[in-house]
Amino acid sequence: MFHREAGVFKTTYASDMALYPLPIAKWTMVGLAVLFAIVLPMTLEEYYLSILNLIFIAVVGALGLNILVGYTGQISLGHGAFMSVGAYTAANLAVRLGLPFWLTLPAGGLMAAFIGALVGIPSLRIKGLYLAIATLAGQLIIEWTINHVPAISGGAQASIEVPRPDLFGLVLNTQFRLYFFLLFFAALAIIATLNLIRSRIGRAFIAVRDQDIAAEIIGINIYRYKLLAFAISSFYAGVCGVLYTYYFGIANYEAFQLIVSIDYLAMIIIGGLGSVLGSIFGAIFVTLLPIVLRILLENVGLLIFSESELANVISGTRLAVFGGLIIFFLIVEPEGLNRLWRNIRSYFRVWPFSY
Amino acid sequence: MMRFVKSGLGAALAAGVLAFGAGEAFAQQKEVVFGFQCDRTGPTALVGTVLCPGYRDYIDLINSKGGVEGYKIRVVEVDNEYKVPPAMEAHERFKKEGAVLDAVYGTPQIAALNKKLEEDKMLGTSPGFGSAAAADGKRYPYTFPIAASYWSQAGAAVEFVKEKLGSLKGKKIAFIFYDNPAGKEPLPILEELAKSEGFELRTFAVPAPGVEMGAQVLDITSRYKPDFVIAHLFGRSPSVSIKEFKGKGYPLSKIVSFVWGSAEADIIAAGGMAVAEGYNTMQFAGVGTDFPVLKDIQAMYKAQGKQPPKEMESSVYYNRGVMTAAVQVEAVRNAIKAKGGAMPTGEDVKKGMESIKGVTLGGLLPPLELTPTDHEGGGWVQIWTVKGGKLVRTKDWFQGFRSVIQKHIAADASKS
Repeated sequence: MFHREAGVFKTTYASDMALYPLPIAKWTMVGLAVLFAIVLPMTLEEYYLSILNLIFIAVVGALGLNILVGYTGQISLGHGAFMSVGAYTAANLAVRLGLPFWLTLPAGGLMAAFIGALVGIPSLRIKGLYLAIATLAGQLIIEWTINHVPAISGGAQASIEVPRPDLFGLVLNTQFRLYFFLLFFAALAIIATLNLIRSRIGRAFIAVRDQDIAAEIIGINIYRYKLLAFAISSFYAGVCGVLYTYYFGIANYEAFQLIVSIDYLAMIIIGGLGSVLGSIFGAIFVTLLPIVLRILLENVGLLIFSESELANVISGTRLAVFGGLIIFFLIVEPEGLNRLWRNIRSYFRVWPFSY
Repeated sequence: MMRFVKSGLGAALAAGVLAFGAGEAFAQQKEVVFGFQCDRTGPTALVGTVLCPGYRDYIDLINSKGGVEGYKIRVVEVDNEYKVPPAMEAHERFKKEGAVLDAVYGTPQIAALNKKLEEDKMLGTSPGFGSAAAADGKRYPYTFPIAASYWSQAGAAVEFVKEKLGSLKGKKIAFIFYDNPAGKEPLPILEELAKSEGFELRTFAVPAPGVEMGAQVLDITSRYKPDFVIAHLFGRSPSVSIKEFKGKGYPLSKIVSFVWGSAEADIIAAGGMAVAEGYNTMQFAGVGTDFPVLKDIQAMYKAQGKQPPKEMESSVYYNRGVMTAAVQVEAVRNAIKAKGGAMPTGEDVKKGMESIKGVTLGGLLPPLELTPTDHEGGGWVQIWTVKGGKLVRTKDWFQGFRSVIQKHIAADASKS
């Protein structure tokens, strides 16, 4: 109802190509920016900030995976490992050479991009399930390598402790400070992805996804763009791994095992493949839902169960409800939360009329 | 009814904020809060579903007796599913609820929380998890392994083998381990002891998920033919190893398993106690139900008109849960006493933990002695052997090659 397009006229190409062509969209973005940059950190307790921090990191990883799976149509089960590549690269640079985060972070991303492109080479020949297995092999090979090469892993424990990042002498050691650190990179990732997909590269990705033979015929070098998709996507994953490393203060490959790759796939499938907003919704959904479910069950459950019985009930119920909700949302809207959101939006766009 | 209305409202809003308020409204006046992480649904649920009830039951027991020094204990439990991000969320939640300590569950989780614990001045316990170097209280002031680390277990295993074989000179020992960081951790200790004790050591790695080790076991039993096997496996793999060794005709009495291959459940999954006759297990808490504290827990359930929980029968993990809770309660007791009855802070509890000595709960706990430098408490273990259908204690609390372990801890600290 507020989302009116009528009466918005463009007089230049630049304004027609703007990221948010409608004034309402522009103002919404400004509102969200103010909310996240000023209102939330000033009002929320540290605990809620810590949840937002986890969501921010997940958003970066989910966006990266969505570029590959949602936009380019190539599947990857190796993103957990790409994160660990970023994490160990940054940790080694930070500890051995004492480099600051603004150097280790892009370095971790670039290294992950390189390894990701290597793992992506099979995508030139194979598709679908076969590619899934090839990238699964990539995940396992990277895990094994980190586990068995002390030069990378820093010893038998395969974990490297990194110092907290500092910015102009301010050590980022509280959830409040880390909030801004992570918010910055999450915002950067969102803006970069929005712009990437409406660029020449992004359109090539989409063409490859929709029909790669057709894409090749109209002159897209699909080899180049498939590898580029793997590289860009892994860059995001690497950065996500570096953010985890700085957030926890340690690089540990056991935090990036296969289950993490699957969690991130779950995020983008629930959120919506091939959409930026979907990646964000998915990251929020998968991170937040278990927490919200637990808090609800903790309070409702006390009516029926004693406190120590409840612990078992909560764990089991939470898992079942979480799985059930994923199935529910996918049945209601197979294209994910993003599509659900758009349906709601388009309903209110013409409200109170149906057409 | 009011609580129902409030909770229903919270559910409707799905915000959780209100729900928190409802929970806090019922908080008692004098209470200490324990943060407790558990894994009841993740990959280590086999352990968690038994260990966590043990922890909760001991706390309930203390509360039913009037709490610790007049304070009721409120446990805030979070199931981290053995994932790292939920462990951080759990820690922040505990902090919000005013917890004085954080019972961390899982090796990657304690690794990720080490730094946070120190920054927040809230101690974390990690019995059976985490790196051996964390025993160094100077280096990790707020991390407390409180049970024998893998290094101490390696020392104890060699000590036990030495006792069994008389001398180790010229003997052959096979070390079969799960191929992950925790599995590889004892290697430096074993290698050093092989040199100093003069035995031959050969290692056999079992790749994850550890359910296929026919080749390794065949290699050990038919080619290497060791005088003793030290096994360090997790999850489903201990039961597979028992089956394989049994199938290849290797005497199980010549195997000693580290603490995560030592539960009744592992032996039962391998075909039952009768099959595993002679299998040696290492324990960092007592086994069985023959302890006064467990009798008290049973009595507590009886008084409520309930049956004691069935988890109690799986006593290896259950007792480890009791042990974790007991050590934490003692730490808080020391802290409250030291403050003359006032509410302890995280720092006080840390000091309380570092003054624990001589708390044994009738033999369920080892003769722990935690100090500001030694957060492992001495690295004590027992050996329990399968005999006549049950686990029987064959070696009481002992430490193996303590000086070697301490040397390695010091060397590791100087490296970083």
